[in-house]
Amino acid sequence: MNGVEGAADRFGAEPVVLLRIGTETFAFAAGMVREIIDPIPATRVAGARGHVGHVVNVRGNVVPLADLRERFGMEPGSAGADTRYVVVETRLADEPVVVAVVADKVFEVTEIRSSDHRPVPRLGTRWRPDYVRSIVKCGDEFVLVPDLETILA
Amino acid sequence: MTSPTPAEVFRAEAAELLDRLEATLLDLGERPGERTLVDTAFRALHTIKGSGAMFGFDRVAAFTHDFETAFDLLRQGRVRTSRDLVDVALAAKDYIRSLIDDPDGTAPVIGEAILAQLGHLLGTRADGAPPAPSPAAADPTAPPPQGWRLRLAFDPGLLRNGTNPLALLDDLRDLGPCTVTARLDALPDLDALDPEVLLIGWDVDLRAGAGRETVEDVFLFVRDDMTLALEPLDAAREESASASRAGRADEVVRPGTAPDGPPEAASGPRRGPRRDGEASASLRVEAGRLDELMDRVGELVIAQARLSQLAGLHADPGLAAVAEEIERLSARLRDTTMGIRMVPIASLFGRFRRLVHDLSRELGKPVEFVAEGEDTELDKTMIERLADPLVHLIRNAVDHGIEEPARRAEAGKAATGRIALVAEHAGAQVTVSVRDDGAGLDAARIRAKAEEKGLIAPGAALSEAQVHGLLFAPGFSTAATLSALSGRGVGMDVVKKTIEGLRGTIDLTSEPGAGTCVTLRLPLTLAIIEGLLIRVGAARYVVPLSAVEECVALPEEDGRGRDFLNLRGALVPFVRLRALLEAEGAPEAHQKVIVVAAGGTRIGLVADQILGTHQTVIKSLSKLHADVTTFSGATILGDGTAALILDVGQLVAAGGPAGSYREVA
Repeated sequence: MNGVEGAADRFGAEPVVLLRIGTETFAFAAGMVREIIDPIPATRVAGARGHVGHVVNVRGNVVPLADLRERFGMEPGSAGADTRYVVVETRLADEPVVVAVVADKVFEVTEIRSSDHRPVPRLGTRWRPDYVRSIVKCGDEFVLVPDLETILA
Repeated sequence: MTSPTPAEVFRAEAAELLDRLEATLLDLGERPGERTLVDTAFRALHTIKGSGAMFGFDRVAAFTHDFETAFDLLRQGRVRTSRDLVDVALAAKDYIRSLIDDPDGTAPVIGEAILAQLGHLLGTRADGAPPAPSPAAADPTAPPPQGWRLRLAFDPGLLRNGTNPLALLDDLRDLGPCTVTARLDALPDLDALDPEVLLIGWDVDLRAGAGRETVEDVFLFVRDDMTLALEPLDAAREESASASRAGRADEVVRPGTAPDGPPEAASGPRRGPRRDGEASASLRVEAGRLDELMDRVGELVIAQARLSQLAGLHADPGLAAVAEEIERLSARLRDTTMGIRMVPIASLFGRFRRLVHDLSRELGKPVEFVAEGEDTELDKTMIERLADPLVHLIRNAVDHGIEEPARRAEAGKAATGRIALVAEHAGAQVTVSVRDDGAGLDAARIRAKAEEKGLIAPGAALSEAQVHGLLFAPGFSTAATLSALSGRGVGMDVVKKTIEGLRGTIDLTSEPGAGTCVTLRLPLTLAIIEGLLIRVGAARYVVPLSAVEECVALPEEDGRGRDFLNLRGALVPFVRLRALLEAEGAPEAHQKVIVVAAGGTRIGLVADQILGTHQTVIKSLSKLHADVTTFSGATILGDGTAALILDVGQLVAAGGPAGSYREVA
């Protein structure tokens, strides 16, 4: 596993983890996903920004629990049977940061090709365009490739 | 984890040796001509030269060689030590350091200038290449004696340092014909003999015209671990005649079981530092590994807390016994691990002697620097982060604390100022104080300045502590009225912030005419603290126990809506944590107040419940929470959930009287 976000092999195919958050399906580069765990009790951090309002204990480290719904203008949801925490390692101001991201359902690991990438439309979205790197046609569905660095910052 | 490269090993060793060299040179400045100091400095140079050449630091080796050669004149007692000489030697030491740290960025011309100056002071040729006399040839002691009688007694642990005494005897034989007699009277019976303990001493008659220096030089590297008695052979002859045991001596030593085996194997190439320094056997470990070990121990402590909690739920005596055992073991492991990370503060204090030395020359104020409690131990990380704040405090003390010599004379004080840096243990904390015997703080001037800056209302009633507290307010400075070097107040807020970042506190006391004392109180370690676990709403939080003064019940609301507590006559403001931490759920009917103190100010924290003390392994919060100032970190509780640690310093600053200045202004 090379921790490089968006690593693609020489055929332009990139392994990603497909997951659903709220009403959207996202593709997280498999390289940055450390592990996927069942929900654990989270601790609220008073005064923190809404999308990182909690911390959880992941293998002895206290990491922020990120809820991307808030950033994408979705209604807050409650944990269901399929809810998982996707622990990802990303970079923030050139320093590695480990974050657990709440996912309503994790589907599968698949590959997306660079040729499948579509530019982000400037209109018709509810979220800030810089939160999404690109939109990928995956089967019959459009999935979002998020720019976690911008979303979390 | 990679092991350090040889070059890194050299750098680390050289850094240590250079520190020792600097300390020795400074001592030499105070006690000129003290022979052991000259020797110590010479040994440090010699080792740096040797290891430098071995690890390919050729410029270091070459320069150090020239430096050493010049220094040898001093060692032979041909030149007296002077303050100027010490200054040049210190410059040379700095040059060696920069040669090691940044060889490319260090211009050789600096080194040449230093050597030229050194040569000038030593009265040798000014081109920086003093004659390099072989000590024996140059030795001026008048008619060389016929020889020497040496009586050698070594430290029993010498062999463990890797020194081979037989090699030393061989070195003596190189000087001339020797008669060696072994003293075996201390040897135990064979079955009680420990082959690694050296109990044999030697008497040597050396028949050679070598000078005393030359003979002593043979033992240069073991002088700390031995006693050497040296007298001219002629004088010793008569006594020796009676006890004519010579002759069989050599034979006794050779087959002798004790010193032969291990030392041969252990001695290896001659490398200084091991045998040079302290007798205790030590091991150099990369700091990162210690950090990792501490992390593992932290995780173990957390897991152990969970185990204890589980054992408490099950009425199984077997499980309880194991849980208790694990608890004891992990506590001991934690203490041991923390002990490993402890470093004597002496490593930090050393550099301040140099600082005071330089400042005192620069400002023309004679200042005596006294360090006490140098063996007080603190966590390694803590020591590293203390350096900058202490530099600042000491600069302030020399620059503003100590008066000009003329003013001191007027006040009837000794011309030489005195700065004391004192470290000592105080319970689970260490205090480090910087004390000067200068003029003390000028409260009126501080007041005027604060009024001018709008920090306080004109004529506001302030206690002495509050006036002193103004020095730490951001943006406060009396620099305009004082020298440009370091206005007292410039950066004092930064000093305070750094100390609070280490979960320490800073106090300042001052007596007009008698001096100022700044005291830092620091926790022993950064990794684990004793915490008080409290409940606010449904959430649990940790308050560092070192900040807690007492816990009281919150008096019934008197309807006047004042958030003050009458604590035995003192007015203590309190903060309702339920509001601050946005607690959910109904409040407890009987709320508790935890009275905490930071920087001399007390406030109360109102919580729903006090749960007890908790061994808190500190985990830092993610960068994503850098904007949250209420918490200094997080920890993991027995049930595996994360709990946040309240930042007491921050809460006190926000809720204490310091905050009220701004309201007035």
